[in-house]
Amino acid sequence: MKRLGTMKKASKANFATYLGVIIAFVVVSLLKSGGVLSSSLSGLLIPVCCYVVMALSLNLTVGVLGELSLGHAGFMSVGAFSGIVAAMSLQEAIPFAPLRLAVAMVVGALFAAVAGVIVGVPVLRLRGDYLAIVTLAFGEIIKDLLTCLLVGYDSNGLHILFNASGTLTVADLGMDETGVAIIKGAQGATGTVTIATFAAGFVLILVTLFIILNLVNSRSGRAVMAIRDNRIAAESVGINITKYKLMAFVLSAALAGAAGALYGLNYSNLAASKFNFNTSILVLVFVVLGGLGNMWGSIIAAVVLTILPEALREFADYRMLVYAIVLILVMLATNNDQLKNLLKKIIPVRKGGLGDGERV
Amino acid sequence: MKKFRMIALALAAVMCVSLTACGGGDDDSKQTPDPTGTTPVAGEAFKLGGIGPLTGENAIYGTSAMNGAQIAVDEINAKGGVQLELNAQDDEADGEKGVNAYNNLKDWGMQALVGCVTTGSCIAVSTELNRDRIFGLTPSASSADVTAGKDNMFQVCFTDPNQGVTSADYMAEHMADKKIAIIYRNDDAYSQGVRDAFAAEASAKGLNIVYEGTFNKDTQTDFNVQLTGAQSQGADLVYLPIYYQPASVILSQAKQMNYAPTFFGIDGMDGILTLEGFDTALAEGVMLMTPFNAWGTDDLTKNFVTEYESRYGSTPNQFAADGYDAVYAIYNALMAAECTPDMSAADICEKLVAQFTAADFSVDGLTGTSMTWSANGEVAKAPVIVVIEGGAYVTQ
Amino acid sequence: MEFLSYLISGISLGSVYAIIALGYTMVYGIAKMLNFAHGDVIMVGGYVSFYATSALSSSLLGPDASMGAVAAGKIISILLAVLVCTVLGIIIERLAYKPLRSATSLAVLITAIGVSYFLQNAAQLLFGTAPKSFTPVVQNQLSLFGGQLNISYVSLLTVIACIIIMLALTAFTSKSKLGKAMRACSEDKGAAQLMGINVNRTISMTFAIGSALAAVAGVLLCSFSPTLMPTTGSMPGIKAFTAAVFGGIGSIPGAFLGGILLGIIESMAKAYISTQLANAIVFAVLIVVLLVRPAGLLGKYVPEKV
Repeated sequence: MKRLGTMKKASKANFATYLGVIIAFVVVSLLKSGGVLSSSLSGLLIPVCCYVVMALSLNLTVGVLGELSLGHAGFMSVGAFSGIVAAMSLQEAIPFAPLRLAVAMVVGALFAAVAGVIVGVPVLRLRGDYLAIVTLAFGEIIKDLLTCLLVGYDSNGLHILFNASGTLTVADLGMDETGVAIIKGAQGATGTVTIATFAAGFVLILVTLFIILNLVNSRSGRAVMAIRDNRIAAESVGINITKYKLMAFVLSAALAGAAGALYGLNYSNLAASKFNFNTSILVLVFVVLGGLGNMWGSIIAAVVLTILPEALREFADYRMLVYAIVLILVMLATNNDQLKNLLKKIIPVRKGGLGDGERV
Repeated sequence: MKKFRMIALALAAVMCVSLTACGGGDDDSKQTPDPTGTTPVAGEAFKLGGIGPLTGENAIYGTSAMNGAQIAVDEINAKGGVQLELNAQDDEADGEKGVNAYNNLKDWGMQALVGCVTTGSCIAVSTELNRDRIFGLTPSASSADVTAGKDNMFQVCFTDPNQGVTSADYMAEHMADKKIAIIYRNDDAYSQGVRDAFAAEASAKGLNIVYEGTFNKDTQTDFNVQLTGAQSQGADLVYLPIYYQPASVILSQAKQMNYAPTFFGIDGMDGILTLEGFDTALAEGVMLMTPFNAWGTDDLTKNFVTEYESRYGSTPNQFAADGYDAVYAIYNALMAAECTPDMSAADICEKLVAQFTAADFSVDGLTGTSMTWSANGEVAKAPVIVVIEGGAYVTQ
Repeated sequence: MEFLSYLISGISLGSVYAIIALGYTMVYGIAKMLNFAHGDVIMVGGYVSFYATSALSSSLLGPDASMGAVAAGKIISILLAVLVCTVLGIIIERLAYKPLRSATSLAVLITAIGVSYFLQNAAQLLFGTAPKSFTPVVQNQLSLFGGQLNISYVSLLTVIACIIIMLALTAFTSKSKLGKAMRACSEDKGAAQLMGINVNRTISMTFAIGSALAAVAGVLLCSFSPTLMPTTGSMPGIKAFTAAVFGGIGSIPGAFLGGILLGIIESMAKAYISTQLANAIVFAVLIVVLLVRPAGLLGKYVPEKV
């Protein structure tokens, strides 16, 4: 307890964050094993974890780095498909499923990081809405490229074809009789062995939090935030803008990739078209509603907004209408000056990210 | 800062508790109202789940299938005797939402599933069905992957490979000398699946494919380039393994550019004539392979079409017919296997699997007579090729 | 000849993008917001015109109406669509965007997305989930070179409408009082206010004009691609947004140029490279252009002031 008292303020807050996540995990796990949790809620646990990590990682780009990205789902899909290929082809090499899942998530993160570098180097030179549209464009390009991908695995190893003409099929992969088609173009990854677990999702959230919170409180993190708050001032004190921007962006992509791998291994079928513009927007909504730069906010927003449409199932047709209205009302309420002043009295103001000051 | 975190934490905790509370209550308290107003007492009715896109851009397929299924359920309930209860859930044609819908139905106490309507979602859900041992019969998810490796998953519709091969065989027999162009949607499992099987069979039969063009969800508004490509290659038969909505655009744009080949569609093309605002003259002479003919003259079809039109104000398409047949197939199998509503889903599943694969089990429905099922879940029924003449189907 | 056909289909597709992009660029230029709901206003315009046409042709005109009556019916349906969309645009602006005038652009963006979801889902409840087939406002085609080259009248109409609208908007913003006020707001809201311009009202007017344009775009989009469903507007909306950025967002000639070029690139990519990757190629070209000219083709690059 004494040590806790002497801890720096930042680490104390971080500690509370970790503790909160751990408590939530323990409570939910207990409820689940006790059979109190309904199937629909337990079925939501893994996607919720994925969306939480997606929101956290996007918050790194939008909240901490201060750049609007509309193509985050692209990195998720790169991670998902590379993770699925890794997990499916390592089935015999690593029979122990949790280890295979971990390897798949690492592979997903690595591939997404590579995609992050490829996208980030040109994109981060742009600013504001132009950057936003280019990330959107990259998200769409990634989706279209993955739709043309054919991947199979047999005793000779991986077979990969890029179906640009639209006339190739799985048969063209030239696999022997032990072959399994892992990704079948439009159909996406089919027949995936689902090995994702809630525990893995929980660990991924912790790792993500650990990476992001440590980054934010480190020298590099302060450099990143300095760029966000005033790029020119940051540049003038000798901060390497490109390096730090790219670092934050690639890290964000890698985490999204890991989340994607977990997501992909939770469903036996996954098509690239899932990761479209709407999915990117969905995650962005989590981040904005949760508060830019606010990791707790992202977590809560991702959890609530993933469960909300499910909880509203009874409203059937009106469900998405209600969701849209809630979205608009929340944005109006949180930007209402009178309400803000009222809230200020209750909750101390937090430092915003992109939101503070004019964007250029 | 700290205070905020604490509030947030407290909020999260409250949320967890309240969610689990309502989650736990779901099992017994929730009763989905039946559209007819008669809610059968639990334990006396079989609980059929239904999953399909009821919102979003594929909503028409899901709502049609579920409407058809509901008519079948109401007909069966009106007979007296064993009652059915249908609970249709939305999946927006998405795997994740499909699994959510499935879990929701499991909480409700589903004993067998009519669904899912779309392929992608169905593959994801069928894995869950297989693991939980709940019987599944999809009205319209046609990929072979839906049933592959899952002994308790069956289809009412033809599989994609089956449709592709059948259309190629028909062309080889009746119009072997035509130059064929294919336009298909390459980000859609259904379209791609049919195209792949068709192309393989066509080359085996020596058909002459001169052009292949694709489109995807984002480019399905403009087909001028594909049509110009097909026209310049001299194609006089255009194969369209796609849904009727993009097909209607293709027909219209082909007319705008004075291109009039023979168009050949598959079951997804069904519904084009009842598309509101569609000029049926555009579809004159279009050939398609469809299991259901809303202009059919048999009593079963006539009654169904009348009932559907009076309830929902539109002519049913093959999805509605598939949904209707799916319910009857399950009902007939339940009766033949002597299942009772108080049995567990797993017990019902084993009995239904045995019944569906039994040699003497066959169903006469809207989409085919004497439908039988093989152990891998595929249906066997006769394919029907129709030509659109004067705004109606004429069976070939 | 094929090349010419591809070029023509590219131009007609491009002019559809251009008309939508003009609306985007107007709103962006003045209100500095990405109005993601623009595509959905287009969809509403399409539906209004669809229902107006079918109501008129079934009740008032009858099956054997004269050519002139049919044409009048079509014009009425377009005007009705313009009216409804303008009112809708004003309502959306008043309820959802106006309270956020001083909020961050990200908050406005999310609200616009909320409005977009709202419109799509409301349309689904109102108009049903079944797609509708839209009857193009003009039929048939112009045949050249003995039928080797066909240009549909819809394409011609779209291109002409697009040019007229672009010229009208350019004249409007440079000559009229309101147009000048709009440009002033676009340059510097604070200074415009000091000059006695009612900034709030000017922005509201911009939305009204943008929505009216969306209605016209809706009719032309649905004539070009005769199908209508609640999500009809979203992808063309995104493409048109890309076109607007491509040409330099905020610039009216830029939106026109961006739209046309985007359409041509898309058609050529489909014809000569791969129909699968047409979209990816369009977006890749956009990225390359933005890297070379960070403010788009005709956009003004404003260096940051220290």
